[in-house]
Amino acid sequence: MSRFLLCLGALLLVSTSCTTTTEARALKPEAGRKQAPGFDLKDSTGKAVKLSEYKGKVVLLNFWATWCGPCKVEIPWFIDFETRYKDQGFAVLGVAMDDEGWSIVKPYIDQKKINYRVLMGTDPVAQLYGGVESLPTTFVLDRDGKIAGVHIGLVSKSEYENDIKQLLGQKKANWFQPIRLGDLASMLLGR
Amino acid sequence: MAVSVTAALAFGQNEQLTVASGGKVVAKRGETAVATVRITVKPGFHINSNTPNEEYLIPLRLTWEPKPLVMESIKFPTPKQDKFEFSEKPLSVYEGEFVIETKFKVPADAPTGMGLASGKLRYQACSNTACYPPKTVPVSIPLDIR
Repeated sequence: MSRFLLCLGALLLVSTSCTTTTEARALKPEAGRKQAPGFDLKDSTGKAVKLSEYKGKVVLLNFWATWCGPCKVEIPWFIDFETRYKDQGFAVLGVAMDDEGWSIVKPYIDQKKINYRVLMGTDPVAQLYGGVESLPTTFVLDRDGKIAGVHIGLVSKSEYENDIKQLLGQKKANWFQPIRLGDLASMLLGR
Repeated sequence: MAVSVTAALAFGQNEQLTVASGGKVVAKRGETAVATVRITVKPGFHINSNTPNEEYLIPLRLTWEPKPLVMESIKFPTPKQDKFEFSEKPLSVYEGEFVIETKFKVPADAPTGMGLASGKLRYQACSNTACYPPKTVPVSIPLDIR
């Protein structure tokens, strides 16, 4: 019996460790994050967009293309994330890597009813992000514009969602962060 | 009609596949000749066939310069129908090794002697979870026109 309990305990310890390891791998610790390279790309309306405009927001920076099957799977997820988390300081930024440009990307945006901003990618920008050799490649940026995680290839919707929630500070663990007495007083007094 | 494949010559290499000619083609003026291109897709990857069954996919294309031989037809092998993690239904793809045959007309005034048939192969490869930008690789087949 005691041997059984020992084995059970070990099993629980291993499974807890595994969970922790997976989460740690998903997002880099804050201290180890590097600033996402800045860029200036055009959106589908022709407006120039700088990444720096998104500082303060959690951003899913998704390099994709219309000819990419795995990218097609992710698009409805990103539409959903944009809808559900936009008001909490979150944004999806799609960077289309189609050689044909807007002539092929714009109809695709309409067809898929993409509700997030799509920019036209360039090779120099892809190089800034390590070359982006395969698609989809998605960078998860924290509110400081730093790269908190990278997903290369198709991953599950829940992996993205965990990253987003963690960075938006929605996880229970973050609800119990210490608060300064001054801040608490301001909150209570409504100042 | 006169076709002779005498040697295999590797002449192209890329990340997801390698391309090799089926060897030198001996062709007679005024006749037809068949040249082969051997493609080997690296393990873990697939490329779209020449007839992908989804509109958004980029098909495999082989094109040839109009001289010294005139391309008459290209014969692709029957593609596989495989389902992948990202596809709801099976996709028309090539994996592993396969051969594309091109039938050429040898013009009556084609220059005799050694030459080259030059072309381009455009393909787009994916793994089970990621796709790679379309690539175009040069293809050339040594000719002996008599």
